[in-house]
This record gives sequence, structure tokens and C-alpha cells, in this order.
Amino acid sequence: MIALLVRDLRLAMRAGGGFGLGLAFFLIVVTLVPFGVGPQSELLARIASGILWLGALLACLLSLDRILALDWEDGSLDLLATAPLPMEAIVSIKALAHWLTTGLPLVLFAPVFGLLLSLPEPGYMPLVLSLLLGTPALSVIGTFGAALTVGLKRGGLLLSLLVLPLYVPTLIFGAEMARRGVEGLDITTPLLMLAGITCGTIALLPFASAAVLKVNLR
Amino acid sequence: MMPDLGKYAEAVLSSYGVSIALLVVLVWASLRRARRVKKQLEDIESKAKRDG
Amino acid sequence: MNLNALWAYANPKKFIQATDRVLPWISILAIVSLVVGLVWGFFFTPEDYRQGSTVKIIYIHVPSALMAINAWLMMLVTSLVWIVRRHHVSALAARAAAPVGAVMTVIALATGAIWGQPMWGTWWAWDPRLTSFLILFLFYLGYMALWAAIEDDDTAADLTSILCLVGSVFALLSRYAVNFWNQGLHQGASLSLDKEENVADVFYYPLLVCIAGFVLLFIALVFLRTQTEIRARRTRALLARERMG
Repeated sequence: MIALLVRDLRLAMRAGGGFGLGLAFFLIVVTLVPFGVGPQSELLARIASGILWLGALLACLLSLDRILALDWEDGSLDLLATAPLPMEAIVSIKALAHWLTTGLPLVLFAPVFGLLLSLPEPGYMPLVLSLLLGTPALSVIGTFGAALTVGLKRGGLLLSLLVLPLYVPTLIFGAEMARRGVEGLDITTPLLMLAGITCGTIALLPFASAAVLKVNLR
Repeated sequence: MMPDLGKYAEAVLSSYGVSIALLVVLVWASLRRARRVKKQLEDIESKAKRDG
Repeated sequence: MNLNALWAYANPKKFIQATDRVLPWISILAIVSLVVGLVWGFFFTPEDYRQGSTVKIIYIHVPSALMAINAWLMMLVTSLVWIVRRHHVSALAARAAAPVGAVMTVIALATGAIWGQPMWGTWWAWDPRLTSFLILFLFYLGYMALWAAIEDDDTAADLTSILCLVGSVFALLSRYAVNFWNQGLHQGASLSLDKEENVADVFYYPLLVCIAGFVLLFIALVFLRTQTEIRARRTRALLARERMG
């Protein structure tokens, strides 16, 4: 299992810096927002937490199809399927690798980008915490979507259409938590809900992803 | 005959209009496809029978 | 009736025969109850003292919203049946119901927007129920797109039914998340067993007739469309066999 994780991580690094792409996309979104809504810092401060969450979500979405597509094309997914590892473990590892290469860098750099959007002082901790809690769910859900569309030639757009509605609860609680942090309100409720969603998806969704992948490999 | 809808006539009429139009389109599309698929299947089945 | 006898209709031929027999009756009943309900509601009910004549929109808005949710529930059940017992008719029925459910969702949203304009002063508000319906519509779109994208029938049936299961869980989650996110403008339930909360009787009976009409229309459409899907599947199978030999 560890070997698979290491292999995935190494491949992601080699393929044009898996770390870099999502992050660069995130940066571009953050740069474009002031062009769209104007540079007034009060306005930016109000929407910063939401924009950061949306940017993280989109950056995540963008890299989803690479979770499984490459392994599908060169046939290593078939090999993995015959390996002694259960399929549930494989998809979990894939999701973990995706999170480490996309989710985690986003979390780490979110404060810097928050600076660009003049995120108010008390908002930083809740924002980072909410992203840290929420992005694993995004990766796991995304792996499910990637498993659904892996056999399709032009799955990219369909993948977004399938995955985005599934992201709604995570986004709502994550952004709500960040917003409450900015306004100095109590963040316990959204924090617990967000953590619950993440734990639930991590525990249950790999079974669905594995079932879907088995169907696609049939 | 026509009930007096007052100042909201536009809203009521347009919502009835939109909904009924959508339903009619849905039913029409379903019927059309049903007929076409049925005919296609019959063609193929009769051809398969003819060919043995 | 013996419930086990129901499984006989999982045979495509039997299903088509049986539905062919009942389809005309259901269609006639659906049309009659829709016409009666809507005419009754439109011409012969008084205006609400607060909402004026816009209350007449309820005869379309509530039944279509109900059917939008029930269509998804039906798809959930038939998807489960497909996963557990692998009856093709079941998977195809789910496929057949999706566009009907999507149209119902659109009707509920459109009438809601038109109703909201004079009542709340805006076409669209991010009210929890409106938002939930928009999300439900997105789920319908994704589900239909997945069916359309996959060529192999069995693979498509498997994948879409799993999507339907997962989607149901997330749709429910979204419902609660959205409630948490924004308190709404919507009134309480217009129909419930608790009579106190119900709308007044004058509105209630024509509404029931309309709901019956929408349910019957839904059943008729699903029967018809399932037949179509069965025939289309058979056509594809025959064509494939022809090509093979």
C-alpha cells in the first residue's frame, strides 16, 4: 500500500509538478477575482473566505481526471485490480495521493492567498482549519467521480457535472465555517458538521468508488 | 367565464402557460420516441424473420 | 395481492404486455384528473386574502414539486432493485423516469419563480427549498448525462444506479446543509397530516385532484418510456447480433 502511495506521489511530481498546477490555478483565480469585482478591500475582505473556498474546490476539480486516467490508459489499473490489495484500499490510496498533491498545498498556501484578498485577521485560523478538514472530502468524492467516468473518452466535462453537486454540502459547511471565523462568530457547529461529512465520506465512499471501478474494469 | 385574476393575472397565466407547455412537450417527445423506436424494432424483427 | 407475483413483470415481454393493457386507462385517468383539477382550481376557487389570485399557482407548483422528489425516490428504489436482483426492466425504468423528474423539477422551479416575483418581490432568492430544488435538478442532469455517455447498457445501468444511491445521500445532506446555510422565505408544509397546518379546504380538494393527476401522468409516462427503453435495448442487441454474424 505504501509502495503504491509512493509510486503515485512520484508520478505526480514527475508529470509536470502535480503540486504546482493546482496551486497555480488557485493563484490565478485569486488574482482574477479583484478584476471581476473591483479592488476595494472592504468588499474583498467580505468575500475572501468564500472565494478561497471556491478556488480550492475548482483547483481540486481540475486535477481529478488525472487520478485514474493515466493508470487506466497504460493498463496499470488492470494490474492493480489483480493485485492482492482490495479495490477499496486502492481507491483510498489514490484519493490520499490526490489530497497530498493538490489538497494539502492548497491548505498550506491559503493564508498567503488570503493576504492577497485582504482576509481579516481573525479569519486565518478558521479558514486553514476548514480547508484542512474539508479538502480530504473533496479528494474522496472526486475519486468517486473519476472512477465513474474513467472509461469515457471525453469524461472531463461530465466529471465536473457529476462531482460538483456532490461538493455542495462540503462547500456549504466549509465556507460557512470560514465566514464565521472572519466575523468572529462561534465556529463549532459548522466545524463538527464538516468533520462529520469528511469522516463519513472517507469511511463510506471508497466502497462505492471501488464498486464503480470494478464495473468499469469488467 | 374568465375569472378575475386582478393584478396578478400575468403571474398566474404565465405559470400555467409555462407548465402546461413543458408537460405537453414532455408527453409529445415521449410519444414520438416511443413510436419511432417501436417501428424500428418491428422493422428489424420482421427482417430477421425473413432472413431466417 | 401476493407481492412476489410482482417480480413476474421484471420479464420485459410481460412488462410490455401488462403496461400496454393498463396504459390507456391510466392515461385517460391522468388527463381527466388533470383537466378537472386544474379547471376546478383555476376557475372555481376563491382568491386567498393575502396572496390574491397567485394562490392558483399552487395547483401546479405543489404537485410538480412532489413529483420531482418522488421521481428521484422511484429511481432510487428501481436502482436498488437493479443492483440486488439485476432485472433490466428496473434499471430501464429508472432511466425512463429521470427526464420526467427533471421536467417536474423545472416546472416547480419556474412556477416558484413566477410566484415568488409578486409575493417575495424577487424571481429568485437563495431560499433553502429553492436552492435544494436547483441542486436536485443538477443531480438529474448528471444522472441523465451519465446514462447518455456510456455505450454498454449493463455498465451504464450499474454506474448510474450507484450514482443514484450516492447522489441520494448527498442530496439529503445538501438539503440539511442548505437549511443550515440560509433560513428561508418559504411557508411551512402546505400538505401534512396535521390538519391545523393544512391549507384551507377550498384549496385542498382541487389540489388533491391535481396531485392525483400528476401522479397518474408520471406513471403513464414512466410506463411508456420504459417500454421505449426496453424496445431500444432490444433493437441495439439485434443490430449487434446482425453485425456479428
